[in-house]
Amino acid sequence: MTVLEINGLCKSFGGLQASQSVTLTVPQGGITSLIGPNGAGKTTLFALITGFHTPDSGSVRFLGEDITGLPPEAIAKRGMIRTFQTVQPFAGQTVRENIAVGAHLKIRGRAEALAKAEAVARQVGLGDRLDMDAASLTVAGRKRLEVARALATDPKLILFDEVLAGLNPSEIRDVIPVIHAIRDEGVTILLIEHVMQAVMSLSDYTWVLNQGAIIAEGPPKDVVSDPHVIEAYLGKGMAERIAKREAASA
Amino acid sequence: MKTDTKLLMLIVVFGLIALAPLLITQESLLNIVIMTLYAALLGQAWNILGGYGGQVSFGHAAYFGTGAYTVAVLQVQFGINPWIGLAAGGLAAAAVGAFIGLCTFRYGLRGSYFALVTLAFAEVLRILSNSVDFTGAGVGLLIPLERSAANFQFLTKAGFFWVIWAMTLAAFLTVWKIGNSRFGAQLMAVRDNEDAARALGVNAFRVKMGAIMLSGFFSGLAGVFYAQYFLYLDPYIAYGAAISVESLLVPIIGGMGTLFGPLLGAAFLHGLSELSRAVIGDAPGISLVLYGVLLVIMVLFVPRGLAGLASHLRSGKRAVSQAEGGNDRA
Repeated sequence: MTVLEINGLCKSFGGLQASQSVTLTVPQGGITSLIGPNGAGKTTLFALITGFHTPDSGSVRFLGEDITGLPPEAIAKRGMIRTFQTVQPFAGQTVRENIAVGAHLKIRGRAEALAKAEAVARQVGLGDRLDMDAASLTVAGRKRLEVARALATDPKLILFDEVLAGLNPSEIRDVIPVIHAIRDEGVTILLIEHVMQAVMSLSDYTWVLNQGAIIAEGPPKDVVSDPHVIEAYLGKGMAERIAKREAASA
Repeated sequence: MKTDTKLLMLIVVFGLIALAPLLITQESLLNIVIMTLYAALLGQAWNILGGYGGQVSFGHAAYFGTGAYTVAVLQVQFGINPWIGLAAGGLAAAAVGAFIGLCTFRYGLRGSYFALVTLAFAEVLRILSNSVDFTGAGVGLLIPLERSAANFQFLTKAGFFWVIWAMTLAAFLTVWKIGNSRFGAQLMAVRDNEDAARALGVNAFRVKMGAIMLSGFFSGLAGVFYAQYFLYLDPYIAYGAAISVESLLVPIIGGMGTLFGPLLGAAFLHGLSELSRAVIGDAPGISLVLYGVLLVIMVLFVPRGLAGLASHLRSGKRAVSQAEGGNDRA
């Protein structure tokens, strides 16, 4: 069953076509990734899917329902939550209070929401920083907080926008099991990622975006050897040169 | 501070304030307490929208004046009892809040744009009340003297004290509840980061509408009280900038977005203005000069207000003791 179905999504800002008839699907369960060089339009696509931008044309279907053009809060209520690439903590509030805002989406009572926040914080490894001001967290801590707030809403689909960017290798090794655990609970994940090591080890299926259009799709291992993808990342002619060099060394 | 501790503190503080009419026999001293509570009510009303919601308003006179004019017009023109006018004034002010909210939040006005529009609304209302007949236009409205509790005109200051005490307590309890509810959590989330809040399913528009209506309601109550206490209104008193300034000065000095900030701010401001009157005498405008100087000092050096200063000192001590603990382990 498909959770998310995007069909012919277009968006332009002035003369810039940020999204050119993008079509992609995300199956239920598992981790799907979206990769592409800088400026490919990945974050714009997330913003279009989650209602922060309105598409010029095309449709977004979530769990069979057409949600194109709905405001972000309405989409969040249906169970699709995004995180932000540049982390957006509620500064001045504690970690517990930050996560509780997410928990309040489904929970009315304050005490229950705070209890849920505490449980989620432990799950993502923030259990020891519950009463810290969110503004004083490290970058790695803030990334975890983004994950925790999203998770506290009890989502069906989470869109992670570069949760691993800016982390050092050992921090990445710590966060990857957290993402696996979320998937194992039955939450579907779509992630934008630059860290290729993470894409390879995390995702089951990958979509590649370049200049606002999908240029390749498939299992990550196949996608990274696709000549179109190599050229999108490294420049025109690179695929050929790499192939030649490999042939020569073989 | 835990929320139960805050509630306990609130009850203790208002319990202590309640002793004032029993201990203070001098009417002029009781007047200071009444005006301090009134300022705390005005400031707490602003604090709901500005402190907890992050929507800084320069035009809270719009709600204050609407409450005041509602009770006065109902009495003078229609002979309706001011106790009914009290409820009507609060609701009318909340309705004005809803209208301003619809005109601004609907179109995503934030920050200084929102502040300017609120200022404009208060000015429009001032000019309107200055030109229509039923508000008495520029002459103002004099509420006929008819001293009785049933008429919301008490024989002694103690009667007025209990009314403003109860209204202010109601406002503070409401704000305590805001700090301890889903609505409050969502309101503060919108204040700190509207996009992140919306991404988590918070309906920012609805939350801000709730805040502006609550804020308007309590501001309107303060207006009703003012009208009944002084029995005279004109457009400059009701919708003038002075009320808007006092509304925001009290919580900014006391501490925006804190429960006790408006009470601290009100006590500090009234203490200061009494002191200045005693020292400098009643030179016209001197208190406004002082307020201006104070605002600059607070914004520059104590941006989190008196309440923020207190919690800063407390957490500073805690950090020091934690650091010492860390050293012990090392």
